[in-house]
Order: sequence, then structure tokens, then C-alpha cells
Amino acid sequence: MLYSHDSTGISGGTIIGGVIVARDLEKRFEELIAVDRIAFQVQEGEIFGFLGPNGAGKTTTMKMIQCISPKTSGTLQVFGMDVDTHQREIKSCLGVVPQETNLDPDFSAYRNLLVYARYFGIPKREAEPRAEELLAFMQLEEKRDVLIDKLSGGMKRRLIIARALINAPELLILDEPTIGLDPQARHLIWEKLRNLQAAGNTLVLTTHYLDEAERLCDRLVIMDHGKILIEGAPADLIREYAGSNVVEVKRTEEAVSCLTGLEVNYDLAGDMLQVFTDRPNDVARGFLEACGHEVMVAVRPATLEDVFLRMTGRRLRE
Amino acid sequence: MIDITGRVLSVWRRNLDAFLRTYRVNFIPPFVEPVLYLLALGFGLGTYIETVDGIPYPVFIAPALVSISVMYSAFFECTYSSFVRMYYQKTFDAIIATPVSTDEVIAGEMLWGATRGMIYATLMLPVLLLFGVVSMPSSLLLIPFAFLAGLLFAGIAMCFTAITPSIDALNYPSFLFITPMFLFSGTFFPLDLLPQPIQYFALAVLPLTHVVSINRAITLSAFSPINLFNLIWIIVATAFFFVLAIGLMKRRLIV
Repeated sequence: MLYSHDSTGISGGTIIGGVIVARDLEKRFEELIAVDRIAFQVQEGEIFGFLGPNGAGKTTTMKMIQCISPKTSGTLQVFGMDVDTHQREIKSCLGVVPQETNLDPDFSAYRNLLVYARYFGIPKREAEPRAEELLAFMQLEEKRDVLIDKLSGGMKRRLIIARALINAPELLILDEPTIGLDPQARHLIWEKLRNLQAAGNTLVLTTHYLDEAERLCDRLVIMDHGKILIEGAPADLIREYAGSNVVEVKRTEEAVSCLTGLEVNYDLAGDMLQVFTDRPNDVARGFLEACGHEVMVAVRPATLEDVFLRMTGRRLRE
Repeated sequence: MIDITGRVLSVWRRNLDAFLRTYRVNFIPPFVEPVLYLLALGFGLGTYIETVDGIPYPVFIAPALVSISVMYSAFFECTYSSFVRMYYQKTFDAIIATPVSTDEVIAGEMLWGATRGMIYATLMLPVLLLFGVVSMPSSLLLIPFAFLAGLLFAGIAMCFTAITPSIDALNYPSFLFITPMFLFSGTFFPLDLLPQPIQYFALAVLPLTHVVSINRAITLSAFSPINLFNLIWIIVATAFFFVLAIGLMKRRLIV
């Protein structure tokens, strides 16, 4: 199987406490507190998500895990090793998919993989078959000898994932892996990421696409202003913070007074009123009976996006 | 502390590979430049000058042409080209996500700048031989010395790259530092024609002065004690700027 890993860590023994363990982790940029003493653990073999609005501290957290941005205080261990003292050891078992596409424009797709393998000290005779294998895995064989500029956005993202796998990493860090891609490309990438998980890899990703997080992540955290607001499995978070369903009504004075009369709690969501509930039919029926049939009422299952917006608010960032 | 292992070579190799991929265009300057300068200045203007300190003018400027080429190739490689890799292509970011350290990325860039200077000096040598303006075998020393001189200019360049706010601002050192050096370092006329304070100034702060002085000794096969002073100056300055460049770059890149 491609890049399968057994259940033991690189040290030979099982990693106690998780692949990544953060406690009181803090990052300051002069006055700005980008990451405000957070704690989390990523378990082996899971897909773990970091969600949050722009500026929430997700990318900064990723960079500290990758050992390219030093933490200000707290502890952060990857594979049981301290990020301050074991940078090379940690980096050699990591695969990184950065937010910005930083493929090397001076080389073809295939040469990009070979040049990258050299940074890991992988001998050429090992790197060559692996590069071919990865191009096939990401369905890029036809683009083998094409320069980076000639690749589409989706192809570049796929190549960057192939590049991140060149050292057969045990932990893959993906900062917005499907940003700006069409649905076809996104589905292909999701499939590949699930394949990697099935092969025993641990994946950590950030994303703004909540459907992506809901589909992929075993567990996730929602961050805002440098803090972790909530943590859990997507389905549990939806049940706990949004209920099973949402009843949506167009926001009119009549609807507001009606819901107030029924003593139902609702959220203002732009030009809609939202009622989060586990008994959507009762709420909808009660509303229609009390307020007549002129208004549009919609009932739909609650999603992670509902949780996200309830937790982080609707105000625009940046 | 500076953290450099053999992985520095992977950065150097990346640049060599990119250079060789476009070798045709990269090999033009070292062949064309000496021909143009020798024809225009050496044999054109030179007919009015005939000799400088008893040396035929084309022979006088030949080592300067090598020095200038090494300076330009190393300096521009580690300013504009390194800045493009760092800022626009994000190549440095991609590399430091691997076990290669930031120190190794910067050191690899400077070693490559020096190598590029050495490649240019190597390619110029047969052209200069053809014109009969350099003596052999001493002129073979131009090649290893070009690496040292290249490393000096690469280090100076990398310091500017580390502090420049934008690619346009790199024009300041190019025009205010490199261009005056091109003219006032004993390149096309002897340093002692200048007023004495300016001579001292050139010897103190214009690195090209020392490079030209050594290269001229090499091509004329006529060494003097001053060349030892030149060499020590260059070694000390090279070590200083090499370390400074890595420090400044780490301050810029590691946040």
C-alpha cells in the first residue's frame, strides 16, 4: 500500500499522548497575540481540522507545528519531540502543503519532486521511482514534463500534495488544501486525503470550507482571536451547538413578534430568522398555525456552518 | 549560532540545475562581454593610451574585466535573483519546510553566487587567451580566486537583500555602490591617478579594488607584498559578510 505506516511512531515505540501535543501554546508578534495559550492533541491516524475566520491563528499554529515559526511560550511536541530543539528531526517526518503555492517555477512537475527529495537527503535512485509513483497517485502523469506555469490551479494543488508526500511523511499538514479549486478537483483531493488516512497517516488541515471539514475531519477545533472556542467531532458539535435542525423564516416584524409570542429562541442571520431545534416540525407547525400561511418557512438539517457562524459571529473580518 | 550541514549543497544544486536548464542564455555574457570591452576600450580607446605603467592597455584591463564580471554575476545573483526566489517564488519557504535550515538556504544561495562568478571567470579565460592578454599558467589562478571574490560580493549582496523593502530598492546599492566600484577600483585606469584620500578610501571600502589588484597580479604573473594585504582584506571581509548576511536573513525570515 502506498505510504502506509504501522501503528508505532518513528522512535519505534507508540507515541504516548498523541502525534501533536500542545499545552498553553502561545505566539505573540510584539503587541498582537496571534495564538493565545491553546491546548490540543492530535491522535495518530486521525484527520484533525483547524477552523476559524481569517486572523484566528490557524496558520500561525500550523507554522509552529512545522518548526518554521518559534513559539513564544508553552509546550508543543510533535512525535514526542520538542519543536524548539528537534526541528530537523520533526521536519524530516512531516509533509507540508502550504496555503500559498510555492512550487519551483524553474522546473517541470517531475523535477520539482526530485529537487524537493534532495532537500530531504533522499538518494536519487529512491526519489525517481517515488516521484513517478506520486505523479500517478495524484493523476499528473501526463503533466510530468510540464513547467509549473503551464499547470492549472487544481493541478498545482495536486502537485503540491504529491510534493508533500515525497518523504513518506507520517504527519501531513495541509493549510487550506483545496483553496480556489473547482468541485471536481476538490473531490479528487478529498478522495486522496482519505486514501492517505486509510494508509495510516495522520492529517492536520485548516480550511474555510465547512463542508470540507464536515466530510473529512474526525475531530476539529474552531478558533477565533487566537483561542480555541470548541473542539469535537463534527456531528457532536452540530448536535451540541446547533441542534439537529434549523427552521428558517424570512425576517419581518410580523415573524419576529410571532416567534416572541411563541417564546421560541431565535437567531438573527442577515435577512433570515433561524431557530435551532431538535423538534423542527413542532416549531414550524406552531409558527404556521400562529402566524398564518403567508410566510415562507424552511426546515433543513443543521450544518457545521451553523455552528461556525453561531460561535464566531457574522461580522466580517479584516 | 550558525547551523550549516552538508544539506547546504541541496540548495546550491537547485540553483545549479536551474542555471544549466537555461545554459544557452547564461553562457552568453562571459563570452560576449570581454570581446566587446577589449575591442572598444582595449583596442579602440587603447590606441590613444598604448601603455599604463609600461603595460599594454588591453593587458592592463583584462584582469579588471574578469573582476567586474565576477562582481556583477555574484552580486546580481544574490540581490535580484535571490530576492525573486525569496519574495515572489517563495522558494525559501518551500525549502525551510524540509530538514534544510534557514542558515543553509542562505549559505547555499551565497555559495551558488560565488560559483556563478567562478563559472563566468572560467568561460572568460579562453577568450582572453585568444586575445593574448593574459599570461599562462599563472592565469589559471583566476578560477579559484573568482570563487573567493564571488563569495565576497555574494555576501555583501545578501546583506542588502535581507534589508531591502522591495525589489526596486535594490537599485540603490546597484547604482550607488556597484557602479562606482566598476569605475574607481583601478579597473580602467590605475588607482594612483586619483587624489590620495580617494585612493585610501578605495582601498578601505571598495572590495573590487582588492580583487582587481590580485587578478592583475595573476594575469601579469607579477606578485607583490601588497597582494597579501589584498588577500587578507578579502578573506576577513568575506567571512564578516557571510555571517552577517545569515544573521540579517534569519531576522527577516524567522518570525
